Amino acid sequence: MSTANTHTHTSHLAHHFQNLEHQFAAAKLGIWLFLCTEILMFGGLFVGYVIYHGIYQEMFAEGAKHLDWHLGAINTVVLLLSSFTMATGVHFAQKNESSRSLLALGATVICGLIFMIIKYFEYTHKFHLGLEPGRFFHFQGAEHSNLALYFSFYFLMTGLHGVHVLVGLGLIIWVMFRTRCGDFDANYYTAVECVGLFWHLVDLIWIYLFPLLYLVG
Amino acid sequence: MTSTSTQADEINYLNHQKGIWSWLTTLDHKRIGILYMITVLTFFLIGGIFAMLLRVELFATGKNIMSAAQYNQVMTFHGAIMVFMVIIPGIPAFLGNFILPLHIGAKDVAFPKLNLLSWYCLVVGAVIAVSSLLYGGVDTGWTFYTPYSIHTNNGTTFVVIGAFVMGFSSILTGLNFIVTVHKLRAPGMTFWRMPLFVWALYSTAVIQILATPILAITLLLIAAERILGVGIFDPALGGDPILFQHFFWFYSHPAVYIMILPAMGIVTELITTFSRKVIFGYKAIALSSVGIAAVSFFVWGHHLFVSGQSELAGIIFSFITMLVGVPTAIKVFNWTATMYKGSIQFSSPMLFALGFLFLFTIGGVTGIILATIAVDVRFHDTYFVVAHFHYVMVGGTLMAIMGGIYYWLPKIFGRMYSEFWARITWVLIFIGFNVAFFPQFVLGAMGMPRRYYDYLPQYASLNRISSVGSWTIGLGFFIALGVIIYAITKGKKAPANPWGGKTLEWTIASPPPHENFLIEPIITAGPYEYR
Amino acid sequence: MFFGTKAFAGSFMPIQGSTFAASVDSLYKFLVYASLISCALVIGGMIFFAIKYRRKTNDDKTAYITHNSTLEFIWSFVPFVIFMIVFGWSWYVYLQIRVVPKGAFEINVVGQKWNWDFIYKSGRKSSGEMYAPAGEPIKLILSSRDVIHSFYIPAFRNKQDAVPGMYTQMWFNAPKPGSYQVFCTEYCGEGHSSMLAKIHVLPKDKFEEWLRNDPYKGMNLVQVGLKLFDSRCTACHSVSEENKVGPGFKGLFGKKRDFADGTSLLADENYIRESMMMPAKKVVKGFSNVMTSFQGQLSEQEVLGVIEYIKSLQ
Repeated sequence: MSTANTHTHTSHLAHHFQNLEHQFAAAKLGIWLFLCTEILMFGGLFVGYVIYHGIYQEMFAEGAKHLDWHLGAINTVVLLLSSFTMATGVHFAQKNESSRSLLALGATVICGLIFMIIKYFEYTHKFHLGLEPGRFFHFQGAEHSNLALYFSFYFLMTGLHGVHVLVGLGLIIWVMFRTRCGDFDANYYTAVECVGLFWHLVDLIWIYLFPLLYLVG
Repeated sequence: MTSTSTQADEINYLNHQKGIWSWLTTLDHKRIGILYMITVLTFFLIGGIFAMLLRVELFATGKNIMSAAQYNQVMTFHGAIMVFMVIIPGIPAFLGNFILPLHIGAKDVAFPKLNLLSWYCLVVGAVIAVSSLLYGGVDTGWTFYTPYSIHTNNGTTFVVIGAFVMGFSSILTGLNFIVTVHKLRAPGMTFWRMPLFVWALYSTAVIQILATPILAITLLLIAAERILGVGIFDPALGGDPILFQHFFWFYSHPAVYIMILPAMGIVTELITTFSRKVIFGYKAIALSSVGIAAVSFFVWGHHLFVSGQSELAGIIFSFITMLVGVPTAIKVFNWTATMYKGSIQFSSPMLFALGFLFLFTIGGVTGIILATIAVDVRFHDTYFVVAHFHYVMVGGTLMAIMGGIYYWLPKIFGRMYSEFWARITWVLIFIGFNVAFFPQFVLGAMGMPRRYYDYLPQYASLNRISSVGSWTIGLGFFIALGVIIYAITKGKKAPANPWGGKTLEWTIASPPPHENFLIEPIITAGPYEYR
Repeated sequence: MFFGTKAFAGSFMPIQGSTFAASVDSLYKFLVYASLISCALVIGGMIFFAIKYRRKTNDDKTAYITHNSTLEFIWSFVPFVIFMIVFGWSWYVYLQIRVVPKGAFEINVVGQKWNWDFIYKSGRKSSGEMYAPAGEPIKLILSSRDVIHSFYIPAFRNKQDAVPGMYTQMWFNAPKPGSYQVFCTEYCGEGHSSMLAKIHVLPKDKFEEWLRNDPYKGMNLVQVGLKLFDSRCTACHSVSEENKVGPGFKGLFGKKRDFADGTSLLADENYIRESMMMPAKKVVKGFSNVMTSFQGQLSEQEVLGVIEYIKSLQ
């Protein structure tokens, strides 16, 4: 561990670390471990999905027909774009260009909001048709008697993902606020980096959800 | 390794700040450890009282003090409190939090704020779980098996959400420990020079990180099942209740090792210190912790031997379960071998370590009996299983916690306790334990199923013995509580190293200063250099 | 400690009621003795070392032994070999327990909170008491109407969960006629510990006679009701005024019933019938809504029998 470089922002250095690099490495390891737990948590749902998809293939195909893959595809593009702007934001934070970083993070928030708005319209449309989860399902004309189970998966998976998008948006806004206050610079941008990684994970999960829910069958 | 100056005795982590607020907002791993101690001991008291009430009810056939519905609630709360609020956080979050940074020469854990947050998660989760009592309570057993848990009374939703929140506590603690071990070791503290308690906590943390998220999603699904009726685990809606058992045990079997691995770590420390001898087979013990952690993820199916899973699956899970026996046996043999040609002092921590070895060996061999699938078909869900896991969890983990408390109490509070009364507690707990739980092996062999409110007359005499034993354990723990409280308030001042220990925590003052090490330690040798 | 273990390997165990019980027991006995030996080695070694090497002076020097690869290999390998022997043996016995012989006599077992129903191919039904021919392989096809139950016969050394939404199976061959205790071993709520049953193993000719019999031959309605009550209702209801999971039935008929929703009613035939078929509709004050419906499970004669029996409890 090098101790040669001097720091301007020693106030960010917690007493139990040797220097900011050391602290950054620890934070990075921590956030990666946390992302592992997120993947495992969604993994439980994916395993459930795979098992029931194996048992009720036609039902899942029928369910997917009720989803509008156009909207799903738009959302996929929006999220991919947001990942790009997020990466840009982190890049500018590293380069000490906080106003550009703010711009990129703002774009990410807008993409996230577009995603949630489209999701909102999709949800309300489903509710309108009676394609609601579990015991609230009252859609007339389902071919498969267990179609409610498909929509249970749909709402659980996209719902849990949606909660993550909202949490991610909150975190980005928090990071933007701190950027405005001038908290970050080339030596200290841990929070930007970690929130960025979290946001990429949220995107990654959607990239699996989209084909599994919209394109299956 | 230099000893600290005497001035450090005056100002330490306990008195450098004052007031309840300084405790509730503390970021010091030592103070958070004490917050955990208070929480865990409180819940242990509640769970223990529930246990004794259960044994009163089972003292004789028929109704004694409560109805079947009440019994089921008490049984559920006893299990859920002991598992989620006592044994899982017991060693890692309480003793681990305090000792781990000291053991590797760090000033704190990697993320002190997360550490505090994880304590609040435990408390908030516990409050949510207990608030279920206002909504009819919960009577599912701590395993929440579907479809029973989907349709029973409303308190269940609160308990699963409470357990979900407590899961975050466990995840955050594990995450913190892994990063701490990787990033905050003192100069010269290589992995092979870490105390074995740290190795055990590290393996535990890996399990906490990898298994707890599965519990989280499973509990969320139960909540969704109850609120929305999603049908994933409900056969009436096309779901599969056995899938729940797979999900649940995929977490909860590794969780068993979350409970026992840190206990093994403590016992390793105790045996080497009180034998004043280098540990026998350091690498074997360290790697067997990791090995147990790894294999623990592939044995969950032995909880489903009679649930209707395929015969092939049963045989495979039986095979893998047997494999866990090997690293466990290695540890037991290594502990025994460490005592060979040692200089053994029978202080109370060592008595608890020896008690652990005794009881854990019985718990371990009966584990092999239960892993044997042809025999398990018979013993599954009988008192044999109850006896087995109490031998491991109480005889193992709780004995280790008691040993750990008596071992580190002088360090934590800078006070000594009464050795005489500590030994009395050992005698009561050890004898009471065997009286309470050995008859349960026999009851299981006779066929008595577990979670029974009432039983056939032929089981009466052994149940009576078992109840008497349970109250003896209870008495032992009450006295222990008194010993601890008396020591904290009125005990004699403790020296920096009362036991002649070699690990780093004994090189600093008791209680430790706020920043642990006034001079950063530089490590040049292994942890147990008794030459 | 160990005197108990010896006994627990032998005389405490339930009688060996099935053909494979003896092979399960010999595997179990091997395990118990192997466990005793390993406990004796470890615990004995521990006590021996603890006494022999106890601290004599305050500055004892100890041997510096870090490891011994040969020894460590031996004590890893030997348990491994023992575990593999046990595993292979157990595999062999497990297949005996699980593989149902061809042509086994089939009986359907249905679990419900909190009793066991048995349905035979001939159409004969029984409840709480199962009858089976001796010396013949019997296959049980298990299912459940509500939550998971588990069918455990200690004497047969066999157990299987009854899971709602699927069929599971188990088998036994009981050579000796006699009565064997059945327990429910999967926690299923308030009546879990009273969800008991008996298996009566009869000589083949007696069993066939039983199978042909009309169970209610020569009985009046009250006797029919009593018989049914004893097998299906006693887990939760008493015939005195004592309350168990559900209310006691003495003096019920014609009396005013107060319900949880605040309404009340005089108990008549219609009320009793409705309580059996739709128990959730009117729940008596102070009790929880846990009873499962008997809709479609009882014949007209049986329903009338229960009503008459309750009427007779004055």
